[in-house]
Amino acid sequence: MSTASAPLSPSASPSRAASLTLAWRFAAFHVGGFPVLPTLILLVLAFTAVFANVIAPSDPEIGTLGERFRPPAWQTGGSEKYLLGTDHLGRDVLSRLIFGARVSMVVGLTAVLFAGAVGTALGILSGFLGGWVDQVIMRVTDTWLALPALTFAIFLAAVVGPSEMNIVIILGAVYWTRYARVIRGEVLSLRERDFVRLAIVAGCSKWTIMRRHILPNVLNSAIVLGTLMLGVVIVTEAALSFLGVGVPPPKPAWGLMLADGKKGLMAGYWWLTVLPGSCIMLMVLSANLLGDWLRVKLDPQLRQL
Amino acid sequence: MTALLELDHLTTRYVSARGARVVEAVSDISFRLEAGETLGIVGESGSGKTTLALSIMRLLPPAARIASGAVRFEGEDLVTKSDREMRRLRGKRIAMILQDPMASLNPLFTVGDQVAESLRVHEGASRRTAWSRARELLTAVKIPAPEARVREYPHQLSGGMRQRIVGAIAISCEPRLLIADEPTTSLDVTIQAQYLNLLRELQREHGLALIFITHNLGIVARMCDRVAVMYAGRLVEIGPVRRIFDSPAHPYTRALLESIPRLADSRARLTAIDGQPPDLAALPTGCAFHPRCPKVEDRCRREVPTDVTVAEDHRARCWLAAR
Repeated sequence: MSTASAPLSPSASPSRAASLTLAWRFAAFHVGGFPVLPTLILLVLAFTAVFANVIAPSDPEIGTLGERFRPPAWQTGGSEKYLLGTDHLGRDVLSRLIFGARVSMVVGLTAVLFAGAVGTALGILSGFLGGWVDQVIMRVTDTWLALPALTFAIFLAAVVGPSEMNIVIILGAVYWTRYARVIRGEVLSLRERDFVRLAIVAGCSKWTIMRRHILPNVLNSAIVLGTLMLGVVIVTEAALSFLGVGVPPPKPAWGLMLADGKKGLMAGYWWLTVLPGSCIMLMVLSANLLGDWLRVKLDPQLRQL
Repeated sequence: MTALLELDHLTTRYVSARGARVVEAVSDISFRLEAGETLGIVGESGSGKTTLALSIMRLLPPAARIASGAVRFEGEDLVTKSDREMRRLRGKRIAMILQDPMASLNPLFTVGDQVAESLRVHEGASRRTAWSRARELLTAVKIPAPEARVREYPHQLSGGMRQRIVGAIAISCEPRLLIADEPTTSLDVTIQAQYLNLLRELQREHGLALIFITHNLGIVARMCDRVAVMYAGRLVEIGPVRRIFDSPAHPYTRALLESIPRLADSRARLTAIDGQPPDLAALPTGCAFHPRCPKVEDRCRREVPTDVTVAEDHRARCWLAAR
């Protein structure tokens, strides 16, 4: 067994592979193979996002100027009223983080859905129809992928102007190509499967075949890709907000909070950057770990390894 | 009276990307098929059997083209029909069973959904009527407990059952012609026999014509009324099964028949046909079979044999048969 697999993976010695697996398991906190911790974190974040207006102790957009730069409650000078302190306008950081979860979730999910819908549709068309349709879509995809994603997003944001709706459109426009590529590949192999050929023989139109036979069979991959893309999209959203071309202030977005807080970092106001930064990291990490697990789970070839 | 299907000097060519290589996979083929009749098409791999079937269905890959000839189905030429008209015909008037019916079902839909699909596409049947028809069809192909089976997924069924479901899909719109392209190669022998019996029964009940593509002469003897033998894209012999098996006119047919093992005389050695089937892009001059033919004559090397009527309804392309 080891001699047979050695030429395939020369670098992965058994012990190293085992320790890697262990580290991965630890990071994802797997129980019976299922990543409990990431799922839990995402669920908590989703819950926070949905019930933000109930949970948040104070208004996230209006502060009390007299209460500026309050440290978290456990530090000297902190107060019970502002558990995680206040920012430069005297706004409650906890409330802003809670509402920020809503912004990240809404923007992240809708952008992933939007990019997924566009990319999957174009990928199916490209893979199934072939010919010049395939050529056009794939060359556009190549060009798109050659552009650095963030720079491209900033450019688009500068053109259409900042708003939550525009951010979703921009992220969708930047990231649909990943779906198109992956889905096209899947479709190319599906197209040769006998049940698709039988559908052609049975007189189904191309449209019917794409909708009934191809789409349901690529949905698995689209969902996995969507989970993995969620992290990327959230980071990009935060980056855009940080740069001031994303969610417009005074909306409480995590990226925006980072941007506002970076001026206070030297003065020792750590909570203004560390807390939103940790939130972004937790959410992205959870999304990625869940995505990784889904990918392995839904791919029978990887599952055997 | 017009035949159900009539091929008139049909020629199909594969052309390479720059047109440098031209391969004639189906060359000047003519035959008639009456309603309710079974025609077996036999030949080695690469002799053009599948290309012939795909030409009739107008489902050739992009590189292939029908170069000349006509395919008349119920008196209408299919070669000149639009894609739209062909689509309406496929599955409804002409059905086809593919080489590997085991993989012909979509893993994500229930059996009922897939049997009902053709009915809904072609007859605009409602979901309800299509499903009740699907149950009848499953009964027709002898699937036990069709009420329960319609709601199951392909992976829950055995290979033989899946194959019968493909059969049910094929006959769902009551086609006039069914083309079966090696439908039993992926099955074991007992299931094969069951399936062949089923096909025969369906054919008799629905009066459909059957084109049976195979390289198994045993199946031909059992299933078919007439048999057509293909070699290097040409139809070398066609006639009633009995006549072809008793007195083949073409040396290739004779050689094929001699290469079938028989239970009766186990001592005799099996004869194989010497040589390889020719490269279709570089056919030998004259008769394509002449390099392997045991009775080759000078004329065979120079001239392509013409179609010769050996007896009533029995034709062969061989200079020997012409005499």
